Amino acid sequence: MNVLQRLLSGGGVRVPHHKDTANYPTEHIPLPKKIVLPMSQHVGAPCEPCVKKGVRVYVGTMVGRAPSAMSMHIFSSVSGKVTAVEPILYKAGRGDMVVIIETDGLQTVDPSITPPDVHDRESFIAALEVSGIVGMGGAGFPTDIKVTPKNLSEIDTLIINGAECEPYLTTDNREFLECPDSILFGIRSCLKWLGIPSALICIEDNKPAAIDLMTRKTEKDPQISVKVLESRYPQGAQNVLIKNATGRIVPRGARHTSVGVMMLNVTTVSSIGKFLETGMPLVTKRLTVAGDAIENPKNLEVPIGVSIDDVVNYCGTTEEAGKIIIGGPMMGEAQMDVNYPITRQNNGVLVFGKKSSARPIATPCIRCGRCVNSCPMGLCPVDIRNAYVEHNAQELDRLMADLCIGCGTCSYVCPAKRPLAPTVTLAKTFLKTHSNREKR
Amino acid sequence: MELHTSHLIVSPVPHIRDAVTTQRIMFNVILALCPALIASIVIFGWRALLVEAVTVAACVLSEYLWCRLRHKELTVGDLSAVVTGLLLAFNLPVTVPLYLPVIGAVTAIIVTKELFGGVGCNFANPAIVGRITLAVSFPALMTNYTYPTPVVACDAISSATPLGTDTAVPLLDLFLGTHGGVLGETCCLALLLGLGWLLFTRTIEVTIPLVYVGTVAVLSLIFQQGVLQQLLSGGLLLGAIFMATDYVTSPFTRKGKIIFALGCGIITCAIRFWGNMNEGVSYSILLMNLVVPIINDKTRRTPMGGGKQK
Repeated sequence: MNVLQRLLSGGGVRVPHHKDTANYPTEHIPLPKKIVLPMSQHVGAPCEPCVKKGVRVYVGTMVGRAPSAMSMHIFSSVSGKVTAVEPILYKAGRGDMVVIIETDGLQTVDPSITPPDVHDRESFIAALEVSGIVGMGGAGFPTDIKVTPKNLSEIDTLIINGAECEPYLTTDNREFLECPDSILFGIRSCLKWLGIPSALICIEDNKPAAIDLMTRKTEKDPQISVKVLESRYPQGAQNVLIKNATGRIVPRGARHTSVGVMMLNVTTVSSIGKFLETGMPLVTKRLTVAGDAIENPKNLEVPIGVSIDDVVNYCGTTEEAGKIIIGGPMMGEAQMDVNYPITRQNNGVLVFGKKSSARPIATPCIRCGRCVNSCPMGLCPVDIRNAYVEHNAQELDRLMADLCIGCGTCSYVCPAKRPLAPTVTLAKTFLKTHSNREKR
Repeated sequence: MELHTSHLIVSPVPHIRDAVTTQRIMFNVILALCPALIASIVIFGWRALLVEAVTVAACVLSEYLWCRLRHKELTVGDLSAVVTGLLLAFNLPVTVPLYLPVIGAVTAIIVTKELFGGVGCNFANPAIVGRITLAVSFPALMTNYTYPTPVVACDAISSATPLGTDTAVPLLDLFLGTHGGVLGETCCLALLLGLGWLLFTRTIEVTIPLVYVGTVAVLSLIFQQGVLQQLLSGGLLLGAIFMATDYVTSPFTRKGKIIFALGCGIITCAIRFWGNMNEGVSYSILLMNLVVPIINDKTRRTPMGGGKQK
């Protein structure tokens, strides 16, 4: 049935897994000399630095205060002295403020850190507000906002996203294998304090060890079950996962909570568990360091704010780097500077050699329909591209370009190597600004 | 090794691509055409190879000269002109004078493809337009189905295409292609081998050939024509496997492919059963090519979440 359905409707693509690091236990990186904490590590407005040059900070000391609900406080991941609070030119030409901390090597924990007192929903959410936890899948959406939708009482399923459909990355897999109890504690706390009846842990079938462990651990728990999903990119995309796990379809323009589900990444929920146990806000992050130019691919636990350079040098490179990607190869961001810091929503650093980084040359479209039949959202990327070239907002609206989730499948499958995904993203932005203008 | 920022490539997602390229797709089509190519030489003799070589060369040269003269980027490397050339040659009888393939190639490549914007922009299958132009302009030369020098001895009769004769050709001869006809269409065995390769390499989906041939089979049953006779003779298999599945001129939606192939099958049968012509495959594909944009537009999948809300 599943196969038949896919034959008729298409959607998704089998990407090579390259998950060689799946069985590599997490290592700790030596403490860097300094860390750089950008004030923008979430979707909302940047944090305001709340420390000054020369101040001593400890592990867990707040250094950036969230100015609004859509932001999340930023905490120091090391103990040491603030050497600078300054602007830098950051990704995509944006500016950002950074707090630079010189480490003292002692890793003294901030004395104010105590496990939060959680006894009802309000205190649970209040605790999350100072947890430093944002969506770990890459979006960086503050978790305290995410778990308090307007229709909280209508939510019947908590989906734990452990699909990890991006090639190379194995951090979620390691989270399952190394911290299953934190994950379960996090899930149970969410279910208990938010009043959600059941949780579904979704894992792609290329992680048999994780599936096995989680199934055994949740055997006796009637509230939590494990859902095994086919390894097919982009299985972990929100709308795709909700459909494959529950059969529900998120309507165009609606949030996923409108169909009665709440989705949290497995590392997010595990971080919630750890925070409730210790009171230590999110200051470290697990990264998969891989790629064909990396000498020893590893899973690393790093302090947030460590530079890409430090991380990559620890693993070693075999050839000159052509491209450095933060995140997975399908949706990750190519970096322009090796001195950029690792932020809390990052989960991988991939380094590719010159040869494999070379951009393919785009040739004319031969209308093979691969992009159309593999789009997980059922869009027509080639037609959206043509409508965008003509700046035809009406046609873009008819083609529902706004539904694009930016997974990159269309570019991946294109035999003519056309950059469809970025063009559809431009079309989406164009449609949004156009319809905003219409409204006014 | 040290990391150097200045050499880093910054580009949009995704950072990895599937190995398939236009060139590889075309190469797979050429490989799939090879059994039929060999069969044509075995059945019709070495002159078959000569006709095929001239047609392919004329197609490639037309595209090359056009690109040079118009100062366009050379697209010969994608091998699509080779595919067009082979398909056009497969639609010619072995006896054609060699200027005919050249006229056909220019019609196919320059008029049908390049004038409309080059690869990916043609409104109809270039090889089919080339063939129809020749068939309309030189009807006698295009239906001169005899074989001059068979390489292997075969006891088949030299005759018109089986669809045009009253004497039934044995089914085995039809299947192996040892009868009169154009170069590439007679040997069904070779064409089916080609289909196998196209499916194995996932170059095409099975939808169009299956529905096309299926429609003809069902209609033959209904109108009491010999089903196998209809399926194995004429250009049906060549058309259904290689011409109707051309990416550019067939719908890209799965529903659309079914409608397209149904249309091809119905028109083919209508021409074969009630028309004045013996053969209707190329006309049916041409006619359906013209409505592909409409089919595509009407058969889009409803995007996930974009359906009517309750």
